[in-house]
Amino acid sequence: MKSISSAAVAATAATVLMAGLAFAEPPGTVAIRNARIVTVSGPIIAKGTVILRNGLIADVGENVQVPADAWVIEGEGLTVYPGLIDGLSTLGLGSATAAAGGRAAGATAAAAPHSNGPEDRPLTTSWLRAADEVKTSDHRLELARNVGFTSAVTFPKKGIFAGEGAVINLGADRDADMVIVPAAGQYITMTTNSFGGGFPSALFGTIAYIRQLYLDAGRYQRVKAQYDANPRGLPRPEYDRALEGVIASPRILLPAENIIQISRMIKFAAELKQKTILYGLDEGYKAADLVKASGLPVLVSLRWPEKPRDGDPDEVESLKTLELRDKAPSTPAVLAKNGILFAFYSDTIDQPRDLFKDVRKAMANGLSATDALKALTINVAEIYGVADRLGSIEKGKIANLVVTSGELLQERPPVKMVFIDGVKYDPAPEAAAPGAGGGRTGGAPSARPQGDIN
Amino acid sequence: MKTRAILAFAAAALVCSAETLVIQNATVWTMGKEGKFVGSVVITDGKIAAVGEKVMVPPGAKVIDATGQHLIPGIIDCHSHIAAEAINEGSVSVSAMVGIEDVVNPEDISIYRALAGGVTTANVLHGSANSIGGKCEVMKMRWGKDAAGLKFEGAIPGIKFALGENPKRAGNVQGGLGGGGNTRIPRYPATRMGVEDVIRTAFTEARNYQKTWKDYNEKKARGEAAVEPERNLTLEPLVEVLEGKRFVHAHCYRADEILMLLRIADDFGFKIRTLQHVLEGYKVAKEIAAHGAGASTFSDWWSYKIEAYDAIPYNAAIMEKKGVLVSLNSDSAELMRHLNTEAAKVMKYGGLSEEEALAMVTINPAKQLAIDNRVGSIETGKDADLVLYDKNPLSNYTKVQKVWIDGNQYFDRDKDVSGRAALAAEKKSLEDKEKEESRRQGPSSRGNGGQPRRPE
Repeated sequence: MKSISSAAVAATAATVLMAGLAFAEPPGTVAIRNARIVTVSGPIIAKGTVILRNGLIADVGENVQVPADAWVIEGEGLTVYPGLIDGLSTLGLGSATAAAGGRAAGATAAAAPHSNGPEDRPLTTSWLRAADEVKTSDHRLELARNVGFTSAVTFPKKGIFAGEGAVINLGADRDADMVIVPAAGQYITMTTNSFGGGFPSALFGTIAYIRQLYLDAGRYQRVKAQYDANPRGLPRPEYDRALEGVIASPRILLPAENIIQISRMIKFAAELKQKTILYGLDEGYKAADLVKASGLPVLVSLRWPEKPRDGDPDEVESLKTLELRDKAPSTPAVLAKNGILFAFYSDTIDQPRDLFKDVRKAMANGLSATDALKALTINVAEIYGVADRLGSIEKGKIANLVVTSGELLQERPPVKMVFIDGVKYDPAPEAAAPGAGGGRTGGAPSARPQGDIN
Repeated sequence: MKTRAILAFAAAALVCSAETLVIQNATVWTMGKEGKFVGSVVITDGKIAAVGEKVMVPPGAKVIDATGQHLIPGIIDCHSHIAAEAINEGSVSVSAMVGIEDVVNPEDISIYRALAGGVTTANVLHGSANSIGGKCEVMKMRWGKDAAGLKFEGAIPGIKFALGENPKRAGNVQGGLGGGGNTRIPRYPATRMGVEDVIRTAFTEARNYQKTWKDYNEKKARGEAAVEPERNLTLEPLVEVLEGKRFVHAHCYRADEILMLLRIADDFGFKIRTLQHVLEGYKVAKEIAAHGAGASTFSDWWSYKIEAYDAIPYNAAIMEKKGVLVSLNSDSAELMRHLNTEAAKVMKYGGLSEEEALAMVTINPAKQLAIDNRVGSIETGKDADLVLYDKNPLSNYTKVQKVWIDGNQYFDRDKDVSGRAALAAEKKSLEDKEKEESRRQGPSSRGNGGQPRRPE
């Protein structure tokens, strides 16, 4: 098996060049045979074959015929998983801008034009679409691929109505080819205006603004429909891009970390009558009944609360704080036990490899390996309504796979290669600096075969 | 041994609220027609089932012997800012679109501490940063319940107004952060005249808004083509004020501005439900009484700002004697814990009786908030919101022993004291566990360049 990684290293220089040249090549046919296949949607296949053709999973099973034109990867000792999906990220949007805001709930946005009320649409860019902004050049895509991520749901994150997220693949020849679903949901935070920025300056101002915007959006649609039906004699409805933005969103994401926010946002979602995903869930371990009753799916931040690293050593912490740090990683197990649809997201963890330590922590707190894997694959797909094309190894789905030499969910996942739209990417060697390797190595039949591929 | 037996009963009552509870041999301050006597109170299904010097103990009832102790209706604080995650939306002159209901924090420890001071109900208000502030919420101190569980069901909702220094401060760049909180750019108004203008303009707009919707609905009813008007969450609460569906609680100090506000209300045909602070109320008590506004003031707090220089500790008693319905409030999570002794001060300053004094933190605020059909006195049929003191509730030395809301016990002094060791042990074990874990794992290796976990 060693030959794979050494070949990858050797091929790195050529790879970088090829990635630039190989645009127009259609993805070919690849067969991974005699591998252990964790389909997620069905039972584990101890020894089977996956066929990838034209960017899709053409077949999977124990007794699958390898097509004559296929590149064959000998899968002995390898395990094939569906590619991992980050349920809420800024991947593809550039780390410097998008990720800088951090966990937006509670964060204060940068200075904006002074706002005198909801009518000024403060802190709103609801019309921004991640799908229009994603770039293959974001170096973090590679870091994420290196540890088995092939897709993400990525969002603009600044402001109260930050914009429309997109389900994307973490690699393609052209920026637009990364996009799987261009409208995944409107990212909402409880941000307030900073000093001097005007309305809203407090949490209840933000909530009131969101409420007012949805009232306005409802009327906007009715008045426009009335006008379109018979414009004669009626005043022309004013175009409002803030309303257009929220109307175009198939769902909203509301922040809910502690149980007070969880309860508040469940109530708010019902009031707004919007299809909703809650994100955060630090105190989800306390809120299983509430969440279950609401029927809302949730995204659990993998950024477990930690003792502040540079905090005052003499500070006396409250029992509540200590309890939160102790119990937060048990949230996924509690949600799983209660049959609540949940998925993980990376939050502002910048090094994707560090996520696995956090996943392991959830597993140490009672989450099964199966449920952990679902929370990084099929559950994300279900939450965003793309389970018909992503999240498991099934015939006809997008050929996004991760191939490992052992269990994937370890602190250092032993990723050997990933496939995105059927195109193979090799992970960079552990020590390499970001951007120094791990590029696309072919996958098109015309590309020069490498040592590890027959 | 006797107290232990009582504790056992109390513990049982906590678990099961539906059962009948009898508090016997207490000095009962009913704050109602029946006055004060040594006797018993029977609680069934969260309500007061019987009160009297001699009552029948229903079979199977739990009995608490309160010999030597004093039972009063739960204290009501007509002006509080606890249990909320936001207080001021100071960025605008009219912030009626915001409401405490959206930001209730049922885990605020101040709720529990208020209980420990005998408070069972509080009117939680928006701050005084702007002329017309946000919506208020009347809450019961049901510690342990969620936000919805704190709400005083059926209480008429309120809205905060504010006059004088605080709302005009944000209009002055040198005014600092005190009231506005968001004042780098001066915000109208900067004077008391401006405050009046803001309120008049807002109600003029509210009237127009009310009419716009009325006209639209009439047109629609007649089947005529009409374009649906916009909903305006800032004006809707003011329409409710005009329609008498929402109470105005107005922060004010000076006599002139009090009269100004009463004139606005008369002009627009609504009522000011309570004047809050109202430190110069004694100067215009007759006018306040004529309008029918209640007054909720401090006992003897004064001189903390220019507009509070003319305050006198006789304010409450003078207004009361002139026919104003007067309550004493806290406006502070700390003062809230001893409103009983605040009430006692009006005996010294104004010569009111014990019961007149206690009324200012029980039945009077209940009447001001129009919840006196439910709380504020110990009378048959009312909510079993009760406080048991070991001594006269107006004494400096008295301590709250037990507090019930809706017949459920929410505070027990003995249990609080005896439970502290267990909490400390729990905390210690969590600290030790964390230390042990970090020793095992070494320092966190999160690849975030040494950033602390929370950006904030």
